[in-house]
Amino acid sequence: MTNSIKEIDKADTIFVIGSNTTENHPVIGSRIKRAVKNGAKLIVADPRDIELSKHATHSMRLKPGTNIALLNGMMNVIIAEGLQAEEYIKERTENYDELKELVKDYTPEKVEEITGIPAETIKEAARLYATSERSMLFYAMGITQHSTGTQHVFSIANLAMLCGMVGKEGTGVNPLRGQNNVQGACDVGCLPNFMPGYQKVGDPVVMEKFEKAWGTKLSDKVGLTVSEIIHAAEEGKVKTLYIMGENPMVSDPDITHVKKGLENLDFLVVQDIFLTETAELADVVLPAASFAEKDGTFTNTERRVQRIRKAIEPIGQSRADWEIIQDIMNLMGYTQNFKDAAGIMDEIAAVTPQYAGIDYQRLENGSLQWPCPTKDHPGTGYLHSGKFSRGKGLFKPSPYTPADEQPDDKYPLILTTGRVLYHYHTRTMTKRVEGLEALVPESYIEISPYTAGKLSVKDGDTVKVSSRRGEVAVKAKVTDRLDDDVVFMPFHFAEGAANMLTNTALDSIAKIPELKVCAVKVEKV
Amino acid sequence: MKMISLTIDGISVQVPDGTTILDAAASLGIDVPTFCHDPRLRPDGACRICVVEVEKARSLVTSCSTPVGEGMVVYTDSPSVVEARKEILRLMWANHPYNCLTCEKAGNCKLQDYSYRYGITDEDIQLFAGEKKKHEIDDSNKFYISDQNKCILCGKCVRICGELQCTNAIGRSDRGFTTHITPPFEIKLETSECVSCGNCVSYCPTGALSAKKPVKYREWEVKRVDTTCTYCGVGCQLQLLVKDNRVVGVEPVNGPANEGLLCVKGKFGYNFINHPDRLKTPLIKKDGKFEEASWAEALELVAEKLSETRDKYGPDAVAGLSSARCTNEENYLFQKLMRGAVGTNNVDHCARL
Ligand code: SF4
Ligand code: SF4
Ligand code: SF4
Ligand code: FES
Repeated sequence: MTNSIKEIDKADTIFVIGSNTTENHPVIGSRIKRAVKNGAKLIVADPRDIELSKHATHSMRLKPGTNIALLNGMMNVIIAEGLQAEEYIKERTENYDELKELVKDYTPEKVEEITGIPAETIKEAARLYATSERSMLFYAMGITQHSTGTQHVFSIANLAMLCGMVGKEGTGVNPLRGQNNVQGACDVGCLPNFMPGYQKVGDPVVMEKFEKAWGTKLSDKVGLTVSEIIHAAEEGKVKTLYIMGENPMVSDPDITHVKKGLENLDFLVVQDIFLTETAELADVVLPAASFAEKDGTFTNTERRVQRIRKAIEPIGQSRADWEIIQDIMNLMGYTQNFKDAAGIMDEIAAVTPQYAGIDYQRLENGSLQWPCPTKDHPGTGYLHSGKFSRGKGLFKPSPYTPADEQPDDKYPLILTTGRVLYHYHTRTMTKRVEGLEALVPESYIEISPYTAGKLSVKDGDTVKVSSRRGEVAVKAKVTDRLDDDVVFMPFHFAEGAANMLTNTALDSIAKIPELKVCAVKVEKV
Repeated sequence: MKMISLTIDGISVQVPDGTTILDAAASLGIDVPTFCHDPRLRPDGACRICVVEVEKARSLVTSCSTPVGEGMVVYTDSPSVVEARKEILRLMWANHPYNCLTCEKAGNCKLQDYSYRYGITDEDIQLFAGEKKKHEIDDSNKFYISDQNKCILCGKCVRICGELQCTNAIGRSDRGFTTHITPPFEIKLETSECVSCGNCVSYCPTGALSAKKPVKYREWEVKRVDTTCTYCGVGCQLQLLVKDNRVVGVEPVNGPANEGLLCVKGKFGYNFINHPDRLKTPLIKKDGKFEEASWAEALELVAEKLSETRDKYGPDAVAGLSSARCTNEENYLFQKLMRGAVGTNNVDHCARL
């Protein structure tokens, strides 16, 4: 997030797109509802009516995969009506003319045709966002999990910059990070193209710095992403895979393909707290301690580094992940001497500029938001104040292109996927919490009353859902929260897994799979 | 900011204009009792246990909702204040069950604490003893129980659900003696709008709303450890309650991201930690079946395979998937293992999934 959670209270208008906030970031969801109660306006754009839609001044139920058209349409209206932030654009951005040129074609009428949202609503939402004193934008996987995810993110930034809604309190472009520490895992370099602190792999200065700090020779070749690793495994190029605390056998698109890849490996190590679907395929399983059994830090969605603390002794012989990794490094002859998590944080701070001022002693007195460059720096609540990190904000005009897979006669419905409040990711933890499991015990598919009627499917019936990649049997949930040509499945379940069906088409830049749109067929069984 | 000078229990103090008497007293370390007060909510003045005496005022005032005034002279513990508070407690006891012995909230109940503080005796409890309430206990929710016989009608739960959680699942129903807290139309919590966030439960001052406990514990038996929620990216702060190396409960902590709120996963989703399914030893697959192994054996095998693959096929034949659920420190070390020990940048995690 460019801004902080508490700034929600300061926003005049909140625009939530591609985020079912009350289910996936519930406490932020509540805060948004509270802001609305206190007078803020709310715009929601989502393929389904979500809980926030009920609280919205403008609720836009758009066709899955058409966000860019909507955003370009809003920008079209803003520019046509002269509502853009002229001075801000002049002083702080580049490439405005190209944006203007591109969005010219996206008239509200044309966008209505693509997205299904009435032109009038698009106009009103655009005006509201542009003319509010402070407009704060939130998005999540509904924006990123597309084959054009990167262009989606550009479009959001374009809109925010066009209206001068970045770099001040109560505004910003705020991606909500799904898991507890996605932010941190990225920050400390678990990305194939970035060393810790988003320092580029392959940049000679960066590589030299790390070779010196780590006392070893490093590869300057950008590595493979998750999806590419699975492909490479299938092709026999990756032979040994070490998976720590992930469960791609449920979370990744096209599970049949994932399984093939993993089974083709010479050697698979899985380190986890439970014997997950992925661990079942491993050659060696290493038992890890849970978050309650170790010290460390997580970085939340607003870049806030917070402590976790050991509350109980590790279960059985399980050990903290860092202790296991350190032992393996030592056995491989790359000696590490960390005595505790605090020591590792000191090394992170030494090589990661954004974390340079962070240490455990400071964290005892409260959390810190990065960038925190020095020991006396208080941390940073919101980014890009005064100017953008790169100097000038660059508009990156992005045309709308339809999702990779479109419905056709054989697979006439669009499947979109998501999460529910009561489960977390692949359910390894939540299925073992009785009450949570009892509330949502099995996979299901949401389907509109009209479409259900057409297929003679009643609420609770078992249906077969198939795509070009696989098929599953799940219960039908008939609901009018979505359009007649759209169906929805939660991805949490290994049985009746949505990811048996999803498309592996990748965003060419961010390598995010298109989990939010694929074509399926639903049949009564 | 305009400052106001006043005297509380003989001590003079200056506080910003608009401060309540309650907060001004707290700034001096004076703990005025409260039931319905919550700093995150608009004052309600429902319970009156926080009354104080203000010189020249016609009657006692509720300190949680009365702002300070220039030159005010306040007494938080004068005989009339103490008597007023005792009277409130006596009235509460008039129809409150008298079984703290087995109440789940014992040790963390404000009614119990204040009764102790003000020396409520058996006679006090009998003084107004009348009909006990006979509400049916609603245990339909998976995670908590509502026993309205123990409710003191402070209204905090209703305001938290409405003003902070913003779900509006519960409200007051009936008038007079049978007033109680319930979802609309007396439906069960299970079928109501309630999303089981437990935010009402965490702040109920009595045993009227209490968490279901998979493992029984007493409030004074548990160790409390502050930590960060392990589920989503909001990063709520919470406290793990620990008894005999078991996490037996969770209470919210007022962190910057959550301001004392949690969701159902953070509040009630802790039972996976001590679940019998937890992996307890390293496993090595032999002939298609897992066998328990020692750490030494398992780690040596992993190190050997990583080195072997690197030497035979080159470092890029090795890859690692790190975890968005592990700590920064662990993720850092994991990529250092891949980059420094193996020599590949094939390291990623499921940020995208
Ligand atoms: S658990 Fe949450 S949603 Fe349910 S009544 Fe309490 S505060 Fe409201
Ligand atoms: S249930 Fe608890 S919080 Fe709610 S009104 Fe009764 S005593 Fe107060
Ligand atoms: S309590 Fe809920 S909202 Fe808060 S971090 Fe945990 S999962 Fe997220
Ligand atoms: S705490 Fe002041 S009236 Fe209840």
